[in-house]
Amino acid sequence: MSILIDKNSRIVVQGITGRSGLFHTQQCRAYGTNIVAGVTPGKGGIHIDGIPVFNTVEEAVRYTKANVSMIFVPPPAAADAILEACAAELDLAVCITEGIPVRDMVLARSVQERSKTLLVGPNCPGVITPGQCKLGIMPGYIHKPGKIGVISRSGTLTYEAVKQLTDMGLGQSTCVGIGGDPIIGMKFIDVLEQFNNDPQTEAVFMIGEIGGGAEEEAAYWIRENMKKPVAAFIAGVTAPPGKRMGHAGAIITGGKGKAEDKIRTLNECGVTVAESPTKMGHAMKEALKAVDKPAAKPATKKAKK
Amino acid sequence: MNIHEYQAKEIFSTFGIPVPRSRVALTADQVERAAKEMGGHCVVKAQIYAGGRGKAGGVKIVHHPEQANDVAKELFGKNLVTPQTGPEGLRVRRILVEEAVEIAREFYISITLDRATSRYCLIASPEGGMDIEEVAHRSPEKIHVLTIDPLMGLRPYQARKMALALGLAGVVCEDCVELILNLYRCCIEKDCYLVEINPLVVTKAGWLLAMDGKMSFDDNAVYRHREYPDMVDYSQLDPLEINAGKYDLAYIKLNGSIGCMVNGAGLAMATLDVLKEFGGEPANFLDVGGGATREKVTEAFKIILEDSDVKAVFVNIFGGIMRCDVIAQGIIEAASEVKCHLPIVVRMDGSNVEEGKRLLMESGLNVQVGENLGDGARKIVKMLVSSAVNSPQ
Repeated sequence: MSILIDKNSRIVVQGITGRSGLFHTQQCRAYGTNIVAGVTPGKGGIHIDGIPVFNTVEEAVRYTKANVSMIFVPPPAAADAILEACAAELDLAVCITEGIPVRDMVLARSVQERSKTLLVGPNCPGVITPGQCKLGIMPGYIHKPGKIGVISRSGTLTYEAVKQLTDMGLGQSTCVGIGGDPIIGMKFIDVLEQFNNDPQTEAVFMIGEIGGGAEEEAAYWIRENMKKPVAAFIAGVTAPPGKRMGHAGAIITGGKGKAEDKIRTLNECGVTVAESPTKMGHAMKEALKAVDKPAAKPATKKAKK
Repeated sequence: MNIHEYQAKEIFSTFGIPVPRSRVALTADQVERAAKEMGGHCVVKAQIYAGGRGKAGGVKIVHHPEQANDVAKELFGKNLVTPQTGPEGLRVRRILVEEAVEIAREFYISITLDRATSRYCLIASPEGGMDIEEVAHRSPEKIHVLTIDPLMGLRPYQARKMALALGLAGVVCEDCVELILNLYRCCIEKDCYLVEINPLVVTKAGWLLAMDGKMSFDDNAVYRHREYPDMVDYSQLDPLEINAGKYDLAYIKLNGSIGCMVNGAGLAMATLDVLKEFGGEPANFLDVGGGATREKVTEAFKIILEDSDVKAVFVNIFGGIMRCDVIAQGIIEAASEVKCHLPIVVRMDGSNVEEGKRLLMESGLNVQVGENLGDGARKIVKMLVSSAVNSPQ
């Protein structure tokens, strides 16, 4: 088991004939991903690398039974591509595209939320279930099948974390890059919930960064609901306070967003936080150890009042 | 992308949002003439890309044109430091001269993006003016927030509920409903992250006026608005940051001596964290983008070295699908092109990493290879210390 994708997932690539769309289609295929169709409006009917290309997602689904989409459509049309994936009632759309206007995403997200389709991204490295299915731009070789679920807002920092886990012998069940944009599909909590219910996943590593309140929300959710150990890293402890304009952002987030606040909240909620980005693998090991020793558990419970 | 108050107010006007009579001035003489035109009694406002100007002395009420001239002379060329600018402050290059208005009541109103709900939200408070964040903190019940469903848009009944929550009644209340609807239209049509009016006032004569305006555009939507690039006031931005922006590199100047080049914002932040952990001080944050192409690496090198505080360079690239030998070549070419003799530590990961390391070691540059993130950080700090000992200065 794993979450979101596995070897049975049937992938349609939206924007397959674009430069990076095609390149990453080939990379994913080489990893073993089952890519069954591509979509590029106006190019329906051709084959590219033996993959049939359709004009619409609906057609691709009708002829190939695709159930998951990977989106490489350029920013001006990417939100429409998400809407199209939802209209075709896919199980999941993973949007890699960076630079989608926020106004377009607000609309796309509000429609997607009401549909049966899950969305990961945009502006994310994608999702990978090691050894089974790679859906995105991450380097496949750093991953290893195993029991750790990984969730991250960042791209290359996730690769760093995964490499540390793999080097320490901690394989991954599924790694989900949720993306760093202000408007995204699945958030930390949505992915945590899936990992919580996934029998293969025994623990979760979470990578956050400064800004917003998503890590805090996740921390409180973990305290209330998570049955598995969680370790985390928050990037930006030493980042200088940013220049900003206006007050609205500060009012709605209630001044949240600083790394130290996020780390404190995570600690208080029982999450093991890596003190340094060089210690992400170690933090995961520690969190796992804490569960192995049942005596340690009541003590930590007491510590968080 | 941010713009000035006077530009925001010009845009407000085109959306039917009432603003006071005003003129933008570039010299003290122009400020004096504008003040004369307003009848002497007016408000002189420094135009910078930050809020909190009032308390910092950037907004002054004057009573004669000569006094306006004096205030302008003092403000022009000055760096205004407010809680939102950072310690260096921002230079004043433009002044807005505005008619003085007799104010009966002050409110706060804004529309911004709320990440938590993935929607725009309308925020309003009957306690407008300078200390709105303080109000939010002290009496949150005085802050009214309405989440806007993008499929329905903002409806008049919702705007009315907000106007009533501000304590308005009768004709002014209906004026406010129209203003709020116009503000939402402005926010959407102009692709804003934020539109803020603080304060929105009711004058003693009973008119609504936007006394201040802040507007911040979505950088991703600039392609839909050809006029935006011309609206940027480059005097408000760091020259190195402007240059980096041209090559689509995210660069922020910091105060240390180790130049940093990293691919990806999260990893770039983590790299700064690691440098500090090993006792180094980063000179900048620089994200060459997840892909890290050779051209970008070259430009990034140039930008880092333009900063004379930089005494060593730390490159941390997690190549992913990008091949390390290609990245290494980019680094060697860039360092040779800009004649960089400073110590460099390169930490690379990705495919062909051994070949990349070999190229670097044989390049003749003053370069070392970091085996991992911690090792790289340790090496650059060490190289920096020993180069400081050996250098004649």
